[in-house]
Amino acid sequence: MNLDIHGGSCGHSCCLRVENLSVKIGTDQILNNINLHVHCGEMVALIGPNGAGKSTFLKAILGQLEYQGVIAFSQPGRRSSKPRIGYVPQSPAFDPSDPVSVADLFACCMSKRPAFLGLGKSMKQLVPECLERVHGEDLANKRIGALSGGELQRVLLALALEPMPNILILDEPLSGVDVEGMEALMDMLDEIRKNYDLSILMTTHDFSMLRRYADQVVLIDHAVLIQGEPDRVLSSEEFSRTFHTKGGRA
Amino acid sequence: MSYWYAFWDALPIEMLHWDFMKNALLALLLMGPLFGLMSTMIVTGRMSFFSDALGHAAFTGIAIGAICGLAAPTWAAVIFSVVFSLVFSFVRSRSNQAADTLIGVFSSTAVALGIFVATLGGGSFTKYNKYLIGDILSVTPAEIAMLAVVLFAVILFWVICANRLTLTAIHPQLASSRGIPVGFSQTLFTAAIAVVVTLSISSVGLLILNSLLVLPAAASRNIARNLKQYHILSVLFALAAGVGGLIVSYYSGSSAGAAISLILAGIFAVTFCFRKARA
Repeated sequence: MNLDIHGGSCGHSCCLRVENLSVKIGTDQILNNINLHVHCGEMVALIGPNGAGKSTFLKAILGQLEYQGVIAFSQPGRRSSKPRIGYVPQSPAFDPSDPVSVADLFACCMSKRPAFLGLGKSMKQLVPECLERVHGEDLANKRIGALSGGELQRVLLALALEPMPNILILDEPLSGVDVEGMEALMDMLDEIRKNYDLSILMTTHDFSMLRRYADQVVLIDHAVLIQGEPDRVLSSEEFSRTFHTKGGRA
Repeated sequence: MSYWYAFWDALPIEMLHWDFMKNALLALLLMGPLFGLMSTMIVTGRMSFFSDALGHAAFTGIAIGAICGLAAPTWAAVIFSVVFSLVFSFVRSRSNQAADTLIGVFSSTAVALGIFVATLGGGSFTKYNKYLIGDILSVTPAEIAMLAVVLFAVILFWVICANRLTLTAIHPQLASSRGIPVGFSQTLFTAAIAVVVTLSISSVGLLILNSLLVLPAAASRNIARNLKQYHILSVLFALAAGVGGLIVSYYSGSSAGAAISLILAGIFAVTFCFRKARA
């Protein structure tokens, strides 16, 4: 993972620059020569059929697996050696029976004081502040297993935003969320992006929101098939060929 | 210990005029918080079967230590169990088999190896029964001191590592994205279970050990709404079952370990009926 304080080669101010990224797991070539620039304050949607390598791409950016190529972050105004990445994982992995409240989850992520002793003074102040960003002030004492899909996404989003990251990465944030919840979540992401000039990279299988919210859509199937503005990608031949032959929701 | 003995001698409670009962009560008062705490993480991390397998590994280690002529086979068992847990963690991280399948493989191998070593050259298996069934009434002051040291170490470990272990157990990917070394945390915890199980097995036996490592937290999960309640209830259930089981066994003449396990099962059944009351 490299740091690049200057802009990318595309002439815009790049928050994330991926060049010639390839990932091989065993003998399988999962990603091949991926190039992608995420500009500051931009929302980029990564789409592709199941098994296209979307989650692998996110894992490479998160530094969770080995890769070839360049992944570089720019951090305006920061001299720290590590970029701050806010990550919202796919939500269904939580066990619904876990006796862990939303406040506990925050304490486990952010506090040195053991969460089983209850919240310390600073966390009692910080948790409502974080939840307020996602309009979830009333969720602090709810169990994570009792949250709806939309509520859980908001909680995970609030966690990812503290401390405020350089880039926000969301893995299938719309899965398991009903239509109303999807719109509310996308509105919130849009609001956060504008308020904090935050770059957002998300994977999704739901294309209905892309025209309204995404600045750039990238279609991948082990390699980038096409990328650009939502209209251009969603009406492209590559898009129809990929999803008409392999399934998906347009 | 003399203050402990003198305290109970001064009270008009018949069953606690016996030294072996005073020892057993003190041991159970230490085991309540020890296993109540451990069980919360074991159940959250879905490692109930693993702790059972470790008990078998500890038994095998004791048999190997005894056959090698070691004066204190418990330490041979600790080393064997830690190695067992590390090998298991290594295989689990590199295998696509389900965790319960791998636990079955390791558990049956450990039991077979233990019995093979214990009966080598026509040796008798009977002397190892105390490790399998255990007898809390025969716990010695030295074993109680060992339990106190283990409890202190576990509390220290908990205060330092509980947050990262909890996050690793409930969502490894989220933990990893927050900079927690997930593999290291899991390995550290399995090694900690190995040490606790092995040091406790000679004084309390496998039966009571396994029920205390799973049932308190399983019952607590039925009604707890957050981590604080989860830990408090788990420790209280372990304490209540320990003291209650000792009383029941004294007056009924039955095995204390079995009585404790049955009371824990009863607590689980009661909390199960109230599980829908939690939010």
